Amino acid sequence: MKDTTQGYVAEDGRHIGGVMMEMKNITLRFGGVVAITDVSFDIREGEIRAIIGPNGAGKSSMLNVINGFYHPQEGEVWFRGKKRPSMPPYEIAEQGIARTFQNIALFKGMTTIENVMTGRQLMMKKNFLWQLLRLGPALDEEVKHRRRCEEIIDFLEIQAIRNTPVGSLPYGLQKRVELARALAMEPKLLLLDEPMAGMNVEEKEDMSRFILDVNDQYGTTIALIEHDMSVVMDLADRVVVLDYGKQLADGTPDEVQKNQAVIDAYLGVEH
Amino acid sequence: METGKYADIALQSIPAYLRHNAKRLGDAPAFREKEFGVWQTWTWSQVEKIVTDFALGLMDIGVKEGDFVAIIGRNRPALYWSMMSVQMVGAVPVPLYQDAVAEEMGYVLGHCGARFVIADDQEQVDKVLEIQGNLPDLQQMIYIDPRGLRKYDHSKLHHFKSMQETGSLASEEAKAELERRIAELNFDTVCVMLYTSGTTGRPKGVVLSNRNIVISSLNSCKFDNLTDKEEILSYLPIAWVGDFIFSFGQAAVVGLRVNCPESRETVSADLREIGPSYYFAPPRIFEAMLTAVVLRIEDTGAFKQRLYKYFMDHASKVGGPLLDGKSVGFWDRLKYRLGEFFIYAPLKNTLGLSRVRVGYTAGEAIGPEIFDFFRSLGINLKQLYGQTEASVFITVQPDGEVRSDTVGIPAPDTEVRIGENGEVYYRSPGAFVEYYKNPESTAETKDGEGWVATGDAGFIEEGTGHLRIIDRAKDVGKLSNGAMFAPKYVENKLKFFPNILEAVVFGAGRDHCVAFINIDLNAVGNWAERNNIAYSSYQELSGHPKVLDMVQEHVETVNRSVAEDAMLAGCQIHRFLVLHKELDADDGEMTRTRKVRRKIIGEKFGDLVSALYDGSQQIYTETEVTYEDGRKGKITATLEIRDAALANANSALAAE
Repeated sequence: MKDTTQGYVAEDGRHIGGVMMEMKNITLRFGGVVAITDVSFDIREGEIRAIIGPNGAGKSSMLNVINGFYHPQEGEVWFRGKKRPSMPPYEIAEQGIARTFQNIALFKGMTTIENVMTGRQLMMKKNFLWQLLRLGPALDEEVKHRRRCEEIIDFLEIQAIRNTPVGSLPYGLQKRVELARALAMEPKLLLLDEPMAGMNVEEKEDMSRFILDVNDQYGTTIALIEHDMSVVMDLADRVVVLDYGKQLADGTPDEVQKNQAVIDAYLGVEH
Repeated sequence: METGKYADIALQSIPAYLRHNAKRLGDAPAFREKEFGVWQTWTWSQVEKIVTDFALGLMDIGVKEGDFVAIIGRNRPALYWSMMSVQMVGAVPVPLYQDAVAEEMGYVLGHCGARFVIADDQEQVDKVLEIQGNLPDLQQMIYIDPRGLRKYDHSKLHHFKSMQETGSLASEEAKAELERRIAELNFDTVCVMLYTSGTTGRPKGVVLSNRNIVISSLNSCKFDNLTDKEEILSYLPIAWVGDFIFSFGQAAVVGLRVNCPESRETVSADLREIGPSYYFAPPRIFEAMLTAVVLRIEDTGAFKQRLYKYFMDHASKVGGPLLDGKSVGFWDRLKYRLGEFFIYAPLKNTLGLSRVRVGYTAGEAIGPEIFDFFRSLGINLKQLYGQTEASVFITVQPDGEVRSDTVGIPAPDTEVRIGENGEVYYRSPGAFVEYYKNPESTAETKDGEGWVATGDAGFIEEGTGHLRIIDRAKDVGKLSNGAMFAPKYVENKLKFFPNILEAVVFGAGRDHCVAFINIDLNAVGNWAERNNIAYSSYQELSGHPKVLDMVQEHVETVNRSVAEDAMLAGCQIHRFLVLHKELDADDGEMTRTRKVRRKIIGEKFGDLVSALYDGSQQIYTETEVTYEDGRKGKITATLEIRDAALANANSALAAE
């Protein structure tokens, strides 16, 4: 593995490792529209990395580039010291990248535990026929995966809704189920697209605690998009700021907050 | 050594019973906890090993005989075991309410000078860390759930499991020392210290000895024939004397199986899975169950509704008598059997009460409709009257003598008498030793002969010998015209309506009574939904004119019922308002066991009380509220004040 930069010690004393993922001069176009222009940043092992920016800044597109759903026209994505060729999202998922979605993408008619179990799908090795019979080895495998999912359910404190169809759950809880499903994949890198959108203060506090706990307990590297600045400033180790697809700043929350270009982009400026 | 009646009881402490059970019941399940979706089980011999190891671990970090060790958290086997371990090393467990805010916790920890704290999880550890600056005696903390605590400074913080491991490697000398300490435990050793929430003033530390707990537990188990086959669900706060007796005292002396729910939100599902045979709940839980049943039935089709109504009507006629073993006609019996098949059995199963052999309710008066509903289903629900100072039991209803308006006859070995002022006194083996560091209060409550004042006013019913409680003795006052004022009596009548969650009645020293009402958001919210009444917040709903109409109807019904009793006719409510916020323990308006603090509420909402008396039709008010994390905020509202019709023509004139 090739480390381009040394790790560093975060504000709260956590040791952050070397570079896990590096985005080099990414440019993404949809026909004539340029969504992202020449953006470069890295994500390091064990870090909580935030991507912020006003509406339409290209944040979600960036996340989609990271998990391989979009293929940038220019630039390179390096993952764990290797240049990543263009590959379908499920192969990228197998490499250990999981995500949640801005507008919740759960199976609404299925229960919480069933949704979380789908996160284990890639790890289920027995073929379809075995699973259909649900006997012997297939059953053993299911029990093993179920145990892991139950640990995650316990971790995120959603035991009470284990057997509730997710469609009937309030928004905040659906977000939590989505996080549970992503965690069930045991990802190395977890991408969270606006994990706190539409939540009240208490739900935001809970979600922040879960994000910190995931990072702490499982050592999962996290990249998140978020609008609520106070949340970002509390959670993130480093922040990259996008505006109209361009990179405005990259640094610790303090540095970014003081950056004039960032202040202008957020508060508006007279031209 | 013990002489007299209890001289033949050889086992004089909970740890002694634990060892006895490990020998006697060995591989039988002792504790269960649902975790990761599965019920995990521990046998008596496993529990003995864990408790002994953890006790050795406690000695290792320096827990001495006579130390106070605070226990904070939800109902978990590990916390019950901790209490046993603490007792083994000769220290005193002090369970605390887990939802107490840091400041309240600080008072108790400071008052008893706790040197050690055993906490459930990060939330509780954080609270104690927040206040540790004011706690010079506090030395070490132990936690059960490591989640989120990895980065904390571990010089004074230990994981339960690692202490257990340290304990299992303890030296022979340490083991011998532990044996010596266990051998020294007897009836006079302090078993536990429980803080009473107290409707007035600071909490008091009630010291209960092994004699109190062991004898009360033995007696009460015998009274209801409880054995080691009984299953219980432990879900009430561990700091409450009821849970301490049921899940700890009784569980240890006869070997009940203690089942702990997965989380606070899963209690009803866990109840259904366990199907306890011995069940305890305060009235509000039965009330919530009944409300849920009624609402669900309203959602079903017409046929099912008719079936339900038909058989429930029948049950209310013969269910109670059948349970009491009275003679019931053949056809009625047959019809009841049919009802059991179609309605009662499935309903009990849904509620998780299918196997309840003995059920108790206590703490507050229970509405007769609620009480009769459960009894008519064939659930042996009974009432008891007790308090922390009595190790729960003062009076109990024996099988076959169950009524909703009495609290039963004196518990075994308990004497009850009524003082000249109408206050209830008792003397029993469960009567507490003292209030910790508070000899004045001890002397005020317990006299030289062992009689304890309950603070409740009541009387013994002639003929049956059953005790009836009217109200808190010090709350029973007089109106300015000399009529008797018993606020609790009226409040309870109001609270029997599902729509009313709490009521606070004022009137002592005034010429008439007024009331604050708290609506029940579940019941009223559901009613609003059915009647197409839109609302966006609790405050808006509580101020809705139609809600006020409904509450007014309830108040007037209560007035009519109060007027029937000549002695209490003066307690009719002349004017009332519906509060814009729920009364909450975090704001100091209620105790942690949800009893209203009338005086504090009266002071806090002084503007509202004076508005009720000065005849104004509405009042603008600002109220400070405390959020769960201790921050404070303010809410404002304009409340409408209503006049209620009175049942008595004479006093109706006084109310314009």
